Amino acid sequence: MATDLQTTAKPDIGEINKYDFRTESRPVFKARKGLDREIVAQISEMKGEPDWMRDFRLKSLEIFNAKPMPTWGGDIDVDFQDIYYYLKPTDKHGRSWDEVPQEIKDTFERLGIPEAERKFLAGVKAQFESEVVYGSLKEDLAKQGVIFLDTDTALKEHPDLMREYFGTIIPPSDNKFAALNSAVWSGGSFIYVPPGVKIDFPLQAYFRINAENMGQFERTLIIVDEGASVHYVEGCTAPMYSSESLHSAVVEIICKRGSRCRYTTIQNWANNIYNLVTKRAVAYQDATMEWVDGNLGSKLTMKYPAVYMMEPGARGEILSIAFASKGQHQDAGAKLVHAAPHTTGQITSKSISKNGGRSSYRGLVRVNHGAKHSKCNVVCDALILDPHSRSDTYPYIEIMDKNVSIGHEASVSRIGEEQLFYLMSRGLTEHEASTMIVNGFIEPLVKELPMEYAVEMNRLIQLQMEGSVG
Amino acid sequence: MTHTLKIENLHVAVDGKEILRGVDLVIRQGETHALMGPNGSGKSTLGLVIAGHPGYEVTEGRILLDDQDLLEMDADERARAGLFLAFQRPMSIPGVRMADFLRHAVTNVRNPERKEGEDLIPMREFRRELKEKMEQLNIDPEFARRYVNDGFSGGEMKRAEILQLAMLQPKFAILDETDSGLDADAVRLASKSIAEIGREKMGLLIITHHDKLLEHNPPDFTHVMLGGKIVETGGPELARELHQHGYERIRAAHPEADRANRQMVEQDQNETATVG
Ligand SMILES: Nc1ncnc2c1ncn2[C@@H]1O[C@H](COP(=O)(O)OP(=O)(O)OP(=O)(O)O)[C@@H](O)[C@H]1O
Ligand SMILES: [Mg+2]
Repeated sequence: MATDLQTTAKPDIGEINKYDFRTESRPVFKARKGLDREIVAQISEMKGEPDWMRDFRLKSLEIFNAKPMPTWGGDIDVDFQDIYYYLKPTDKHGRSWDEVPQEIKDTFERLGIPEAERKFLAGVKAQFESEVVYGSLKEDLAKQGVIFLDTDTALKEHPDLMREYFGTIIPPSDNKFAALNSAVWSGGSFIYVPPGVKIDFPLQAYFRINAENMGQFERTLIIVDEGASVHYVEGCTAPMYSSESLHSAVVEIICKRGSRCRYTTIQNWANNIYNLVTKRAVAYQDATMEWVDGNLGSKLTMKYPAVYMMEPGARGEILSIAFASKGQHQDAGAKLVHAAPHTTGQITSKSISKNGGRSSYRGLVRVNHGAKHSKCNVVCDALILDPHSRSDTYPYIEIMDKNVSIGHEASVSRIGEEQLFYLMSRGLTEHEASTMIVNGFIEPLVKELPMEYAVEMNRLIQLQMEGSVG
Repeated sequence: MTHTLKIENLHVAVDGKEILRGVDLVIRQGETHALMGPNGSGKSTLGLVIAGHPGYEVTEGRILLDDQDLLEMDADERARAGLFLAFQRPMSIPGVRMADFLRHAVTNVRNPERKEGEDLIPMREFRRELKEKMEQLNIDPEFARRYVNDGFSGGEMKRAEILQLAMLQPKFAILDETDSGLDADAVRLASKSIAEIGREKMGLLIITHHDKLLEHNPPDFTHVMLGGKIVETGGPELARELHQHGYERIRAAHPEADRANRQMVEQDQNETATVG
């Protein structure tokens, strides 16, 4: 369990300990705690935003105030007035490594960003608290017209694109937390890939929450123009604090005709964080959208990446994995909407519950009137490691057209005594054996990850497997 | 020193049902023993109990490897002490690659004192050795990357068990019907692997219904199990007799064990009938 990390970590997971630190942060500006019109207006002003964005934020705040808390999913116990909604750690954006303040560099150093950059030689962006402070983009990408910025900068440099697409896929009225994010958002990534441009290495971002009681409300918008393709990877770790923290992001993606987008997230939040994220993509003709989503840690995660397939030939694929340990509730799933004929969807969900953890799969497949010859397949497997843990499945299927093919398979298994014995009879300890079985269980997702994330994922799982069983 | 595996008056039950009713058996390093007996007589149970399967309750008796009490040890500790069981039905472990699994296994068995998290044996060294052993057994190198027993054919699974035996080089190996499912070539290769480890270095217990593996590995002793007991022990000629004439004579000579065996098998059939 992550909170026991410092005292019980074994040498082999020393690598993971690197995330378990807190760098002194000296914010340049910190809005007071709480949430009201004044604070929202102040955030907008501090950022020097255009009026339309300020008005958008204020309207979103009204919607947030008017909406009740969701009554399903998990128990959310957050005092919205006890949170800092905006914190600006430095007044300067660095585009090159040299410009980044030493203190923040130390943090990044320990997160391994320079390594990642060396490997990929491009596309590194990082978010330190609520503002992106460091980003670099390979030159030829820029030459091809690819835009990869933090969302605040994008608002300044590309106001037209922002105004055209921002909030169109997930309007503030979508749900209470989307409204909250719309009111106080800060940071996140903005990506625009021009027609026909195929980026053949993953663009990466690192996110971190660092100040106690700091909500993080990043906002990501990705537009993949016709025939273009991009893979965006977001790894996420958070240090541990005693009081509750809230992370509520919004991710909007537009996949135009014939384009392709894959969005990979690995999140490992501290055990006291509420992680309430709205992710949605629309895919037009023959476009493919893939969400790969790994959720570890947090107190409660509610996350259901969605793909709306708007035109014939669109494909949506969602691969999600959740690991719930002691005191954790992972309410994760997926949503596929077939809004046009000949669309294809696939949901693969894997969850692991351990040490009293609870994981739920919540999925919706909807086939609209006229979405003939659409195909959708849902597979969800749960692995429960001990009798104290729990797994639930809530599949919702709404089919308005008869001429479709929908498959659904669900399995729940307990870690098999026979499998454990087989491995142990070859000299593996019980712990090594069960870790191996769990890693095997999530292998179908891990093999979809870029190499260093796959390694990371296996280490994170190993970390989750530490600590007392039962 | 010659190592000895000693089983004394072993009684084993599952869910209160007695399966082994007093097994005595001594295997010394360098000896090959054949264990035969009709279906359901308890042969696999004996193998699993020696290997440390937690699902069986030992109600009486002892198992000793030299002076170590195996019943006090978990399955992994027994493996590190030099015990190996080739399973009649190996388990598949989806998502876990043969090579990763074997590297862990080999590391632990070769360094019994290793603490979890300490280094594994070097990759290159391991790969070279694995590749060599796979070639010897005529196993496609691709199998190193396959998931453990996942989608393996019957024969492939048994070859993979022999591969593990060859990599782990135990002091005592129990081969539970390893020859069933193997074609004639594979039996020969398996025997070669065993020869390579050195039959003089290993105590072998070959559980079998066939004579294929025994032809290449003539047993010093043949034991017959019936109704959860070893009812007769002889030399290689006993194995030959059983292959030619079956268990008629044995059953007649041991009516009580025969009754117990029939009961166990009937009980099974009833249980399967109610389930099916
Ligand atoms: N885990 C178990 N639960 C219930 N019954 C069991 C279990 N293991 C073994 N048995 C029963 O014990 C008896 C002996 O089984 P075992 O597998 O040891 O026989 P065997 O001699 O290996 O037979 P075969 O030649 O068919 O492999 C059988 O009746 C079997 O059904
Ligand atoms: Mg058997």
